[in-house]
Formats: sequence, structure tokens, C-alpha cells
Amino acid sequence: MIEDRPQRILLPVRVSFMAITTLLALLFNVLPWRDVTGLPDLLALVITFWCIHQPRRMGIGVAWALGLMMDVANGALLGQHAFAYSVLAFAAIGLNRRILWFSIWPQALHVLLLMLGSQLLMLAVRLAAGGAFPGFGWFAGSGVAALLWPAVTFVLLLPQRQPEVVDVDRPI
Amino acid sequence: MDHQPPPFFNRGPAPLVRLTFFVALAGLLMVLDARFRAAETLRAGLALLAYPIQRVALAPVHLATGVVDFFSSQVQLERENDALREKQLRAARDLMTMEALAAENAHLRRLVEARERLPRTSMLAEILYAGRDPFSHKVIIDKGGKDGIEPGLPVVDDIGVIGQVTRAYPMLAEVTLITDKDHAIPVQVVRNGLRAVAYGAGDGATLDLRFMAANVDIQNGDVLMTSGIDGTYPAGIPVAKVSRIERDAAYAFAKISCVPAAGTDRNGQVLVLGKDANLPAAPDTEPAQPRPAKGKRARRRE
Repeated sequence: MIEDRPQRILLPVRVSFMAITTLLALLFNVLPWRDVTGLPDLLALVITFWCIHQPRRMGIGVAWALGLMMDVANGALLGQHAFAYSVLAFAAIGLNRRILWFSIWPQALHVLLLMLGSQLLMLAVRLAAGGAFPGFGWFAGSGVAALLWPAVTFVLLLPQRQPEVVDVDRPI
Repeated sequence: MDHQPPPFFNRGPAPLVRLTFFVALAGLLMVLDARFRAAETLRAGLALLAYPIQRVALAPVHLATGVVDFFSSQVQLERENDALREKQLRAARDLMTMEALAAENAHLRRLVEARERLPRTSMLAEILYAGRDPFSHKVIIDKGGKDGIEPGLPVVDDIGVIGQVTRAYPMLAEVTLITDKDHAIPVQVVRNGLRAVAYGAGDGATLDLRFMAANVDIQNGDVLMTSGIDGTYPAGIPVAKVSRIERDAAYAFAKISCVPAAGTDRNGQVLVLGKDANLPAAPDTEPAQPRPAKGKRARRRE
């Protein structure tokens, strides 16, 4: 099954690109959304992506700090996103070799489970702290995020797919 | 003898160790925040750090609304102008009667030696965004501690109460809406003066009047106003309208739902009211009661 697909050898990633994409995802998350059902947590998705593809450069500590920023920007319980994101990063790093064996849609299925798990953690924390149940529509965000996985993979791997030496005289 | 791995294989602590560390740190923060409200300085510092990000995130939204405003048609503006002119005429008439009434009211108040209520200061603020936290109902406004906003100040719009400032950052402030599950507001039924406390229902759209007897005199469509007895909200501001009453003989209490009067999820601008200067200082915590003597014998002796 693996032999059917052409495998590309990717260029090494630039850390600046990782930082910029993560920051853009954070920006997306703090946009003034008003009760949109099925709004994906793009920051969690990008953290998962980098944890799966670059487990040595993206880690639990970074995910924790980004989660703290989300908590403050949203006025959520301080530490709620930090907790969920650090567990998410740990799971993604632990599963990264397994997930990368699969083709893109089974990968998305794994991501769906990871995202749902992080949402369940947040739900448990908030219910324990006396919050109200937000309704099952809230979990739709994970489904949308999983559907976005192929697109996110394509976009975030673009710089690594460029040819190393650009030959302007090449016929194709 | 223990062998150290060569330094180029060194990857720091194992993932499980890191996870345990960060989860413990997050857990500590959550307990500090939820139980003791002790993490506010950290939160304020981080909020200052997040402020530029939030500002950048808001820029495209402001641009989009600006473009829409620019292209709003002339017809619409004219219609709005007419409506406003008519409204102003009507308001002018009301204003004349109101001045007379206010004078009369002041006179009567002096007669009964009631304290004159000083008009509170107020500040216009703009709602930047609604918090994305689905578990609570909060909005962020663009005025903060720098402008004199402090926790506890009431927030209203042109119709009624919206909520209360619960956290003030240097540049921003967080307003908990009256529909939030953790928010309670003392109210009074306009029709008969009955006092009650309205709690947010947590679904973002309604409030509940809890612990009202099943035969309580409340009807559908009753208007609730702030009673002002908490010292936070000034009296006489519309809060909500009763929308549904369930009286079940099986329960001692009626289930009363209300719809907020103000646009808790609609407005762009809100008014933050200042503190009531006339309010007496809150009484100290209750003096310790002389505890009854312990032991059966001592109690019997009394």
C-alpha cells in the first residue's frame, strides 16, 4: 500500500515558517467570532500538525504557552487550554510515527480523535469548575478541523516541497 | 558506572516527564484561578502581551465594517434620517414633561429627606469581541483600568442592563453578561414590586428566576427592573421580560424563564456606569457569634 504512493523527500523545515503559521492560527482563533457552530480550533490543528511532522521542534511546552494565550484572550479558565493543548501535543508526538504511515484521510481520522479528546478534556475541566454544558454542536468544530487536515497539510508542507535548486532553464 | 549518552543524542527530559510537568502547572493555575482568584496578576500580564495580537485580529473586521458602511445606500440613510427626526420630535416632547417631572421628583425627595441620587458617571465603550469560550457568556470591551474601569461596574445599553465588569485589564475589560450561568442580578417586578434574583440560565439567551413559590404573582410578559438593593446596579433599569412560567404541583418552586431586555448579543456600543458615590461602605464581616458551649452537659445547664 505504501509503495503505491510516490514518496517525496522534503526539504528541512524553517523554524521561522513554523512560528509564523502558528501565530497566524492564533490570530485566526482570536478573531471576533460570534457563536459560530462548528468553528474549528485552528491553533490546535496547527499544533497537532507540527507535532506530527516536526516532533523535535514543536513540543509540549510551546503548546502549553499557546494554550495560556488562548485562555487569556478568551477569558476562559486560566490553564484550561494550556492543559488540553499540552496533552494534545503529547499524544500527537507519541503517535507521529504511526500517523505518518497512513494516507491523508486516515490521518484526518486520527486527528479527529485527537481533537475530540482535547475537547473532552476541556469539557471535563469546565464542568468540574461549574460551567454550563455548551451543547453537542461545540464538538462539530473537531469534525471541521479534521476535514481541514488535507488542506492544512498541503499548505504547511508547501515550502518544504520546493525544489532545492531552481533551474530556470529546465524544460518542465 | 552509568553511561551518559553522547551530547548530540540528548533530547532533554522524556515526553512523559514534560507532560506531567506542564499538566501539573496547568492544574495548579486552574485551581488558583477557579478557587482562589489568585492568578489575576499573571492574567493581566499575559493580557497585555496578547493585546497586540487581538488588535491585529480585529483590524480586518474593522476594515470590513468600514467598507460596508461606506457603501450603505443613500436611500437607507435618508430613511434613517427621517425616522430619527421623527423620533427626536417625540423625544423633545417627552423631555419637556420629563424636566418638570424631575423637578417635582427632586422636590418630593427633599421633602421625605431621601438622599438625592447623584447621576452616575458613565463611559462609552465598544464591544471588541465576544469571548470564544463556549462555557461562559462574556464580551471584551475596549476600555480598561487605564480609563478607570474596575471590576464590579455595571454595563448597560440604551434599553437595559447587559452585565457587569468582572475583570479589568490595562487596555481591555471583560464583561460578564447577565445570561452567564454564574451571574445573578437582583430584580423587582414592575407590576407589583415583588423582589427576586435573576440568574443566567447558561444557554446564552435566557435568565431564570429561581426559588420562587409555585403560586407567586408573576405573569407572562411581566417586566423586571433592577431593584438596586445590591449597590452594584442602580435601581430602575430594565433587565428582562418574563417569557415562560411552568407551575408544576410536584415542585415547591415555579420555573420562570425571562428574556433579557437589552441586546446582550447584538450591540456594538455599551455604557459603563461609574460607582455610586452615595453608597455607604459595606458592613464588615459578621462579628463572631459567641459559640454555644460544647458538650451535652453544658447545653443542658442552659
